[in-house]
Amino acid sequence: MDLNHAPHVEAFRAEARDWLAAHVPATPLPSLETREGFAAHREWEALLHSARWAVVSWPEEYGGRGVDIEHWLVFEEEYWAAGAPGRVSQNGINLLAPTLFDHATDEQRARVLPSMASGETIWAQAWSEPESGSDLASLKSRAVRTEGGWLLSGQKTWSSRAAFADRAFGIFRTDPDAPKPHQGLTYLMFDLHAPGVTVRPIGRLDGKPAFAELFLDEVFVPDADVIGEPGQGWRIAMSTTGNERGLTLRAPGRFLAAADRLVDLWRSHGDPADTALRDRVADAVVGARAYQLFTWANASRFASGETIGAESSLNKVFWSQYDIALHESALDLLGPDAELADGEWAEPWIFSLAGPIYAGTNEIQRDIIAERLLGLPKGRR
Amino acid sequence: MRFLPTEEQSDFARTLHGLLAASDVPAAVRAWGAGDHTPGRAVWARLADTGLFALAADEAHGGLGLMPPELAGGFVELGRAGVPGPVVETAAAAVLLTRLGDEALAKRFLPGLVAGETSATLTLPGGGPYALDADAATHLFTVSPAGELRLASAAGPLRTSLDPARRLALPDGGGELLATGPAVTAAARDAAHWARLLTAAQCLGTGEALLARTVEYAKQRTQFGTAIGGFQAVKHRLADTLLGLEFARPLLWAAALSLAPGEVAAAKLTAGEAAYAAAMTALQLHGAVGYTEELDLSLWLRKARPLRDAWGSPSQCRAAVLQERLRAP
Repeated sequence: MDLNHAPHVEAFRAEARDWLAAHVPATPLPSLETREGFAAHREWEALLHSARWAVVSWPEEYGGRGVDIEHWLVFEEEYWAAGAPGRVSQNGINLLAPTLFDHATDEQRARVLPSMASGETIWAQAWSEPESGSDLASLKSRAVRTEGGWLLSGQKTWSSRAAFADRAFGIFRTDPDAPKPHQGLTYLMFDLHAPGVTVRPIGRLDGKPAFAELFLDEVFVPDADVIGEPGQGWRIAMSTTGNERGLTLRAPGRFLAAADRLVDLWRSHGDPADTALRDRVADAVVGARAYQLFTWANASRFASGETIGAESSLNKVFWSQYDIALHESALDLLGPDAELADGEWAEPWIFSLAGPIYAGTNEIQRDIIAERLLGLPKGRR
Repeated sequence: MRFLPTEEQSDFARTLHGLLAASDVPAAVRAWGAGDHTPGRAVWARLADTGLFALAADEAHGGLGLMPPELAGGFVELGRAGVPGPVVETAAAAVLLTRLGDEALAKRFLPGLVAGETSATLTLPGGGPYALDADAATHLFTVSPAGELRLASAAGPLRTSLDPARRLALPDGGGELLATGPAVTAAARDAAHWARLLTAAQCLGTGEALLARTVEYAKQRTQFGTAIGGFQAVKHRLADTLLGLEFARPLLWAAALSLAPGEVAAAKLTAGEAAYAAAMTALQLHGAVGYTEELDLSLWLRKARPLRDAWGSPSQCRAAVLQERLRAP
């Protein structure tokens, strides 16, 4: 049992820290959920990529450094500690890229990954539909065979980043007669600017268009943009959602940095007599450390060749609840200033509120934990 | 970095697990609570044979050197089995005597503690006022805030804990003066950290035992014609219980690796709260039968709260976490 990084990992940390110290914008970029912020974040992605920090765990041929998960976790600690901007390309990097590495052709990887790494192509996810949220397998949007490809029709919703993104990925029903709802689905990529696509931005709670509805009317997708075999979409998508909940969606570095900022806020705004709030600050410090250590233990299992399965549901419930509690404590410390919409903690608080809803609601995650980790019987959802 | 127990560490925990599973610990706990320490001492002797207490003493006196990760892993198993007696206190006393570096005292007490022939209980500055199981322990040590280490001769009347298997005594402050000065204070501080760490480990094991028993019950108990474990309200409560315990475990490991005060406090806080939450879940999901002393479940149910508060209440632990953080640059 060991928590020390090898010297070459610490050297990597130092290199990342130095670069970030020299390049992180002195003033925060505008919100990435606005048009100007989206553009500014895209430029930041290009700068990261130019120094090969955009996708450190990818192979070098696609713009990465080919390092393991330990390096990635260390990089994320430095990234967030440096106050670097949120990652506008995270949907592509965290959700689509792992799918491409596992299921795509060499041609697809060579075509898609480099522009994803550079921020030139920003990807939106197109999973949910108006009637298909937690019950994703019930989705109705279809892809119909045509010469050289497929025609997409239907409606997707809650597509994160889709208001300003370039392309999207999702699953579509290609065999409506399949015996079970999760059969007959196909995973594919499409252009958000293609003929037949209408993007209707949806304002988040704070009004910023963080997601969108997509109306698809016979949108052509070439065969080259189908990932894996037609009909295998569900299996392929499930490997992606596992990634989403598991190790890659929320790096502990993000919460360690947030807990540090909360302690600073306590130093400057805390009332020593308010022991209840002081205790919540302590809980935030402990929670960030717990999440970091839990992740290191999982990363160690990964490195020993084990896979992380339903355990990723523990991860997801933990960080999403933690995120809200931490930001609520910050708002309580700010007192009357917490109400100001342009405050430093306002948008992160709004962002945290979605955590228990997306990436599989926490109710669904608790069912998975109970059934797969505790062996309780399947019940009616 | 490989932040997982080594094969040796896992093997040691498995050995203890097997030994305790074969030892009818519940009967020993009930006897202990009734004042009969014989079955508990028999369990104790078997534990000592595994080298458990040798992990808290130096090699010169029969120990294996101070090995907190191994010892913490072992104490998870003691908590899981519900082992009665001053196990934490005996280990902490061994640490204190090892750290003190007084050859005569080490020679006088350590070999017996390491071999399991004797046991110890103690009070330390910063800990609670009561000595656990002073009626059963061979030695009662006290360390005063001024740094006086004494071998107490009398412990006052015994008080019963909310957990009948724990008996509490208030030392009278007297007894043979063994050592005094800053070295005592420093050794006592180390021993208190160990006591907190090992209590956290016991909490984790206690919580895991409560969860495992409750999951089994929820699979078997039927209502409305179906196992209650199929109801979403029941499942979600058990899922949250597992979540609390799973995130306490790596904190315990990290605390055992560093013994840093903030890490130990974080582990104790989290494991203590997770174990108590597991007890409340176990009580609710067992229904009325869980609210009886007849069911063995009560042995763990009644332990969870005292262990959560022993050697550092949640509030003291939160203060320690924040104190360390605010001192940092």
